[in-house]
Amino acid sequence: MTQPQVDDRTRDPGRTGIADDGTAPSARMVRLAERLRERIGADKVLTDPAQLRTYECDGLAAVRVRPGIVVLASHRDDVVQTVRSCAEAGVPFVARGSGTGLSGGAIPVADGVLIVLSRLRQIVSVDPDNARVVVEPGVINLWVSREAAPYDQAYAPDPSSQQVCSIGGNVAENAGGAHCLKYGFTVNHVMGAEVVLPDGEVVRLGGTASEHPGLDLLGAFIGSEGTLGVATQVTVRTIRIPETVQTMLVGFHSVRDAAGTVSDIIASGIVPAAIEMMDALAIEAAEAAVQCGYPQGAVAVLVIELDGPAVEVDEQFRQVRELAEARHAFETRIARDAAERALMWKGRKSAFAAVGRISPAYYVQDGVIPRTRLPEVLEEIGRLADEAQMRVANVFHAGDGNLHPLILFDDAVPGAAHDAERLGGAILDLCVDLGGSITGEHGVGVDKKSKMARQFAGEDLDTMQLVRCAFDPDGLANPGKLFPTPRLCGERPGVRTAADTPDPALGEVF
Amino acid sequence: MSLDALAEAAGMARAAGPADAVGGCPARFVATPGRADQLSALLRQCATEGLTAVPRGDGTKIDWGQQPTTVDVIVDTARLTGVREHSSADLVVTVGAGTPLRALQATLGQSGQRIALDPGSTEATVGGILATNEAGPLSHTYGAPRDLLVGVQFVRADGTVSRSGGKVVKDVAGYDLGKLLCGSYGTLGVITEATFRLHPLPISRVFLIRSVSTPAEVDELVGEMLDSRLAPTAIEVDLPPPVERPVPRQLDGTGPSGSGTLAVLFEGSALGAQARADAAAELIGGRVCPEEQAPTWWGRYPFGPDDVGLRLSVPVADLPAVIYALGDAAGAPVPVRGAAGIGVVYAALPGDLPVVRVAGVLDAVRRVLLARSGSCEVLTAPEQLRAELDLWGPVPGLELMHRIKEQFDPQRLLSPGRFVGGI
Ligand SMILES: Cc1cc2nc3c(=O)[nH]c(=O)nc-3n(C[C@H](O)[C@H](O)[C@H](O)COP(=O)(O)OP(=O)(O)OC[C@H]3O[C@@H](n4cnc5c(N)ncnc54)[C@H](O)[C@@H]3O)c2cc1C
Repeated sequence: MTQPQVDDRTRDPGRTGIADDGTAPSARMVRLAERLRERIGADKVLTDPAQLRTYECDGLAAVRVRPGIVVLASHRDDVVQTVRSCAEAGVPFVARGSGTGLSGGAIPVADGVLIVLSRLRQIVSVDPDNARVVVEPGVINLWVSREAAPYDQAYAPDPSSQQVCSIGGNVAENAGGAHCLKYGFTVNHVMGAEVVLPDGEVVRLGGTASEHPGLDLLGAFIGSEGTLGVATQVTVRTIRIPETVQTMLVGFHSVRDAAGTVSDIIASGIVPAAIEMMDALAIEAAEAAVQCGYPQGAVAVLVIELDGPAVEVDEQFRQVRELAEARHAFETRIARDAAERALMWKGRKSAFAAVGRISPAYYVQDGVIPRTRLPEVLEEIGRLADEAQMRVANVFHAGDGNLHPLILFDDAVPGAAHDAERLGGAILDLCVDLGGSITGEHGVGVDKKSKMARQFAGEDLDTMQLVRCAFDPDGLANPGKLFPTPRLCGERPGVRTAADTPDPALGEVF
Repeated sequence: MSLDALAEAAGMARAAGPADAVGGCPARFVATPGRADQLSALLRQCATEGLTAVPRGDGTKIDWGQQPTTVDVIVDTARLTGVREHSSADLVVTVGAGTPLRALQATLGQSGQRIALDPGSTEATVGGILATNEAGPLSHTYGAPRDLLVGVQFVRADGTVSRSGGKVVKDVAGYDLGKLLCGSYGTLGVITEATFRLHPLPISRVFLIRSVSTPAEVDELVGEMLDSRLAPTAIEVDLPPPVERPVPRQLDGTGPSGSGTLAVLFEGSALGAQARADAAAELIGGRVCPEEQAPTWWGRYPFGPDDVGLRLSVPVADLPAVIYALGDAAGAPVPVRGAAGIGVVYAALPGDLPVVRVAGVLDAVRRVLLARSGSCEVLTAPEQLRAELDLWGPVPGLELMHRIKEQFDPQRLLSPGRFVGGI
């Protein structure tokens, strides 16, 4: 997947002053690597440029920065020792889970340490009586449900990347998924975490119980994109698998009808487990990639899923069908079994990758609008796309107004990436202008930090920075992400802060 | 500061009376700003003059938490009220923090919606509920207030008006400061406006009521409910202190009995809710009844104004052990009530116990809880007890909480001393 970078400052290599290929590592990197090898073992500390290259980017492939050091943590103590060593040396660090993030949150710092958590993959405990599973941060999202399945329980947050993304990354991004319409986001399902703070101290936030005395630090940590510390253990809650799950795929000849159906369902008081929508181009791509057999000639399809006790779902399912038909649905398919359901979902869940089949490159955006504005927003996106002479495939969590426009471009054409990024920016502006958000689940990262100032006032951002200063006064945890401008946390003589150095998240742009 | 200056900043102010004391700490002034900018001016002025301020909604929980060290100005939210925006089709509502929840629910009900929140203090304002993170039976399914809050506007101690989150149900841009404000007891900022996620009102509410005699039995029945696929909306238990002579339970387990009650709420379609409640009755016994016959204790605290009110939160499977421990420590069964399905229950100790006794009970229970990652908080207690008690017990992460406070309110002007660790 190829995606361009949004932040204009990354285009100005003069400001970065970051080591390029072939540049010798700085003296402090050499010293730190030595110390880390002593403390956690030489085999876990990578400094060979060829090995470092693997970790240059995450899911936002357009921004690449070669890290100074990569630590392959294989034990919680490795993380503690690494963070502590970084704190002592005043060196920034970045946590990395599976590297599937789409906003560039795990992009390394050139003169810093990348802490890779994907070897921390122990399921620590499965406690069906309390509906809790405790895992290490590198554990893959889907594994949690797999562990809970023998007890008829499941982990509700289901990002489309669930076969590869890590729980640690989910916590950092407050990941969502198709089913968060009914079940909520990661934050509603994570009960506790062990966190290594940027000074190397270890704290336990939350726990197994539902409530804890004091400030909800866990709630603040979730979604903080790795800027407040590194999670080394996570306690999640699991839910009872519902008695019945019913899924339908509905084809429409117009976006307006599809969107209207979504509104009608919500207005009727039904809360489906999921309502997903795809437009014609996204359908075409999915069809080309996974032959999901979506209705031919559809301008929009909805995947609607209801779950719960059969006595409730059967009746609601019938109602939903009627509502869709009243909006001129021309084809309604109902999954007869798990295999058919899986096929309906396959088209949706593989939509991002599928777009790669119909375009040399694409750029995924993530914005939120009040759901009722969907038809006009889609029209406007179409207009913006025409103006930019680009194609945009639309896939979204329609129930909660979370858009994922996929902007198609040819990366062989000079300037195309830049145009795509501009179009993505315009779509985000549209979201903000309608009272929505620049991100519903992918996070801000480096990709959208300049847009933060569009959504929030300076005072709002300053207030958020207070939290940052409480957790990480020296600005060592994942610097250069999330905030448009770094901030100095009071005067701390002799301590280097992010503000003293050029933006560390800036690197080579491909 | 003069009253005139306060009135000028806030738009309305008066001298405080005895009824304005906060947990026994007398207040000097009561200021009632009508807008966020007036509140901002007020707090800026307080900051300049080093005056402490304590926010107050309807005052239903003003005696919760520790007594503040001083109260110069009560910030009354009575004029920060009203629905600012209700986008029913988008399932969100934005309201002033001083809005009483009950009134808000009535308004939302006209559109067939609700905030899925039913805290025990029925007159409470939205701001007060958020500041104490007060939740009721519905939290079994919908979580605490922080889980329903999608955006918040608040004023910091230095007068800065700030906002986090937004007006759409899904938004991960920036830190979620709403989470920090929920349950912060007015120590980080004064909430002016809140945006909530809404849910449709259920068509039907049906209760299953079953008598229970021991915590172990409660555990077993709750386990059955959680294992079933009947999706109860709420599971509440009420274990009052036993009457002198235990009355034998009837064979079908429907009471009357001198002991406790388990009540399970099913919400859904008329047919569905009834069918699920009936199915639950098949499983665990008990009597199915319509909403009008809901237990009178449903969603109410087991403690009165003169009691020591506790909130215990434990992993569900540990609930019986903790209830027994509480009884053992107190030397007699203690009235317990609450959300048995998520392990959050309330308990009452007599307010006339000597302080050493209460402290002893807290110590003993907290020792049992420590190994189980649970907590026992004193929500409220008579004045003479409160100052002597550790209301919160051990608080992991306390040092970090102090750092947050230091950042948000370095002069310690907002509700100083009211919260954990003297925050
Ligand atoms: C095809 C595809 C589909 C996707 N679909 C969805 C979707 O439906 N919903 C959704 O929400 N997202 C989706 N994503 C985005 C992505 O998968 C999520 O953001 C995921 O949570 C990232 O997890 P990760 O392990 O890959 O994290 P990484 O990409 O490695 O890291 C993401 C961020 O988390 C931080 N981090 C990682 N681990 C830790 C830790 N232990 N402690 C502290 N910080 C940490 C990193 O520093 C970084 O800031 C999709 C991505 C792809 C490629």
